Amino acid sequence: MSTLPDGWEMVIGLEVHCELRTETKLFCSCRNAFGDEPNTNVCPVCLGLPGSLPVLNRQAVEYAMRIGEALHCEIRPSIFHRKNYFYPDMPKDYQTSQYDEPINVEGWLELPDGARIGIERAHMEEDTGKTTHIGGGGGRIHGADHSLVDYNRAGVPLVEIVSKPDMRSSDDAKAYVNELRAILVATGASDGKMEEGSLRVDANVSVRKTGDPFGTRCEIKNLNSVRSLGRAIEYEASRQIALLEDGESVVQETRHWNENDGRTHAMRSKEEAFDYRYFPEPDLVPVAPSDDWIKAVGESLPPMPADRRAKLAEAAGVAPSDVALLVEQDLDQLVADAIAAGADPKKAINRAANEIAADIANVHRITPESFAALVNMEADGKLTATQTKQVLAAMLAGEGEDPAEIAKAKGFEAMDASALEAVVDEVIAANPEAWEKYVGGDQKVTGMFVGQVMKKTGGKADGKLVNQILTSRRSGA
Amino acid sequence: MSRTASDIARAVRSGDLSARDVVDEALSTIDARDGEIHAFNLVLADEARAAAAAIDERVAAGDDPGPLAGVPVALKDNLCTRGIPTTCSSKILEGWKPPYTATVVERIVAAGGIVVGKTNLDEFAMGSSTENSAFGPTRNPLDTSRVPGGSSGGSAAAVAAEFAPLALGSDTGGSIRQPAALCGVVGMKPTYGAVSRYGLIAFASSLDQIGPFSTTVADSALLYDVISGHDPLDSTSISDALAPASPTLTDGVEGLRIGIVRELMEGVSPDVAAQVNRAADALTAAGAKVDEVSVPAAVYGISAYYLIAPAEASSNLARYDGVRYGLRVDADDITQMYGATRAAGFGPEVKRRIMLGTYALSAGYYDAYYGKAQRVRTLIIRDFAAAYEQVDALLSPTSPTTAFAFGAKSDPLAMYMSDVCTIPSNLAGHPAVSVPFGRGDDGLPVGVQVMADALQEPLMFRVARALEEAA
Repeated sequence: MSTLPDGWEMVIGLEVHCELRTETKLFCSCRNAFGDEPNTNVCPVCLGLPGSLPVLNRQAVEYAMRIGEALHCEIRPSIFHRKNYFYPDMPKDYQTSQYDEPINVEGWLELPDGARIGIERAHMEEDTGKTTHIGGGGGRIHGADHSLVDYNRAGVPLVEIVSKPDMRSSDDAKAYVNELRAILVATGASDGKMEEGSLRVDANVSVRKTGDPFGTRCEIKNLNSVRSLGRAIEYEASRQIALLEDGESVVQETRHWNENDGRTHAMRSKEEAFDYRYFPEPDLVPVAPSDDWIKAVGESLPPMPADRRAKLAEAAGVAPSDVALLVEQDLDQLVADAIAAGADPKKAINRAANEIAADIANVHRITPESFAALVNMEADGKLTATQTKQVLAAMLAGEGEDPAEIAKAKGFEAMDASALEAVVDEVIAANPEAWEKYVGGDQKVTGMFVGQVMKKTGGKADGKLVNQILTSRRSGA
Repeated sequence: MSRTASDIARAVRSGDLSARDVVDEALSTIDARDGEIHAFNLVLADEARAAAAAIDERVAAGDDPGPLAGVPVALKDNLCTRGIPTTCSSKILEGWKPPYTATVVERIVAAGGIVVGKTNLDEFAMGSSTENSAFGPTRNPLDTSRVPGGSSGGSAAAVAAEFAPLALGSDTGGSIRQPAALCGVVGMKPTYGAVSRYGLIAFASSLDQIGPFSTTVADSALLYDVISGHDPLDSTSISDALAPASPTLTDGVEGLRIGIVRELMEGVSPDVAAQVNRAADALTAAGAKVDEVSVPAAVYGISAYYLIAPAEASSNLARYDGVRYGLRVDADDITQMYGATRAAGFGPEVKRRIMLGTYALSAGYYDAYYGKAQRVRTLIIRDFAAAYEQVDALLSPTSPTTAFAFGAKSDPLAMYMSDVCTIPSNLAGHPAVSVPFGRGDDGLPVGVQVMADALQEPLMFRVARALEEAA
């Protein structure tokens, strides 16, 4: 949660670079693969050799369109520009990227809590190579003894998704990245692996007094996990507030997150920013997907996480945020089918989100029907919570499909209510002093009564039901 | 090598002439005179002899090597040839050998053509005299005290000196047509997208086209037919099938409407203008209807071109940074290495254009320069379209003057004016060809330019052929 002083608010916008899972690179037929021997997936085009020319990868365009559709964007005719700057990881010393006419504009993404975050654009561009700086100071090119460049990544297709500055806390930002990652994976466009750099996040952070116009923002780079993102935003917002409260001002600049010291450090200010001299890429023609193609892409998309949450929430009669975990774990269909098969919705959600999620590898052993039967045994008081968990564990372990049979084999014959009442009455009769206290309102003895009943029933009694019987006996006393 | 490419190919295909003899003759002509002319940066004698032997074997075995069987072809040294140095006449590409071959060269070889060498050019094709080569200028074979024009001066000179009946050049603002005019040969720039640029080292990508040099219009059409057509490796390559130019070459100009472009006759030497008027009369005599037409925005061509071309060049030439290939001048850190390498590797004209282009694209100046130049380009296209409502082809001088002396145009702006008549076709993306027609007061050849609408190469070649017959 946010730890800002009263009256302050943070404003966050995120830029997420997503590597597309195409077979080949954006402008050539080199393999798009992570972790291969350096400089083996290269050719004249992705090495930017003199005379080579780019040819756009149709699959990359289709993935970009899938992302656009999933983010409710308008998909438009678009063009590529050249972004010019010198750096050794860019073979041409310009990056081919979409600039003021991107393929996807004006969309939105819905967080599990229902909040909508605006998407400004989601455009295509090529990735750069990867540099490793050896010796010298701090892994930066300046001061290094020498640098190694791997161009396997050069020309890998990216979609950069730029949010609107709609987030107000680090939790929002983390939820946004998690949700976006789930959407990207659902579209098939990305493997969502932040640890392999498939997903890279830059954060634009500013602070303001609630109600004031936006403050000056800083862009934070080098955020390699959702956790770093949260920490970096918290640190950066505090840094900016401290400056402003001291009467200083925030300088617009790019800052580098250092995981080790937990701080952001200035990289370059606005004055030092590159002039990228964008101009339309003359070696490529405009990308203008036909209406039919756009329609086909839209129709081929599977349901997105927000749709799945809404659907299950409606079937279960709960809030969408209550089923977020199930959707994340891909358990929503099982639960929905179980509910359709007559399962108690809340029990089904709880058991799936806890027990099944904890043993997700074995979920294939659970059918909607067997799961429905199990949760209903719990709902009907035929099994206690503890027993239900044990039966479910046995089902996941492959010991059987029929929860009733497993329960029987384990001796979990549920006590019927009248038998349990008899045991409760026995325990009351055996403890008259304690019963006096209980009737007089002393809650401390409740545990003793429940414990005694459990002992007499060998743990088969449902604690909740015992409490109900005790309460009814007291009101009758 | 006084035979035309068409004659050589016909004789080699029929077995009347051996490719080996053709190549030997070409190589001995080069040997005798290229020391003086310096058309070539590199002569590929062994490779050419081996290729000729292979052609002869195929003919002996009953194969048809293709329409360029045994024809020596010279390549401008900005066309990539696998394993063979490709320099752009620049020090910055020192030691670099491309790992691949340009599409046009693949097509020439597949048609039986034999690459005899790589020809000199103004560094990175920037210039109109071949004086900007890092390896020294090329001399005009017709008068060695004069320039051959540029930037494809080496290719023009190679054909004019009969080193090879065919050559390829590249034309960004006139770099095929202007040297063709100054050397008295035929030089043609195709419609943008008609010929693949894959393997052509870029100067200004939206303007560059590869095209043929030859001694006759028929040979020009022959080579155009071989190199044109869709290439999946070039996204700007036209995907529709293109009409070949050779079959209709001799259809004549009877009934064609031809316009002399008024704006391109202004500021031209009177002796050159006189030849253009004489060409118009010849076309009239051949049955065409010739009138004067106006392409008003053409006068802004030079201004627009010298923003667009340098802007694209500043980006295209960024990759020569010393990191991966070519020249590297070591320094203390990478920024200094970039600076030292590029300072040592590029000549003054290339540096001038990189600076011009960088400025034109800079934040705050883009709209006033690059943006405005693109709008002028749109106007030029519109004015050409209006002209082609009235006429089928256009006529103008190719160059305002005949070949000039070395050092005569040391002022860059004076040099830039050499391309005033050729630049509009590049900006419009239209085809144009320079045909030798008469001589100037100095006795040197004059080139007349025939222009046509996009993809109208067959019609344009018919007009060029009619001029050639009347010349």
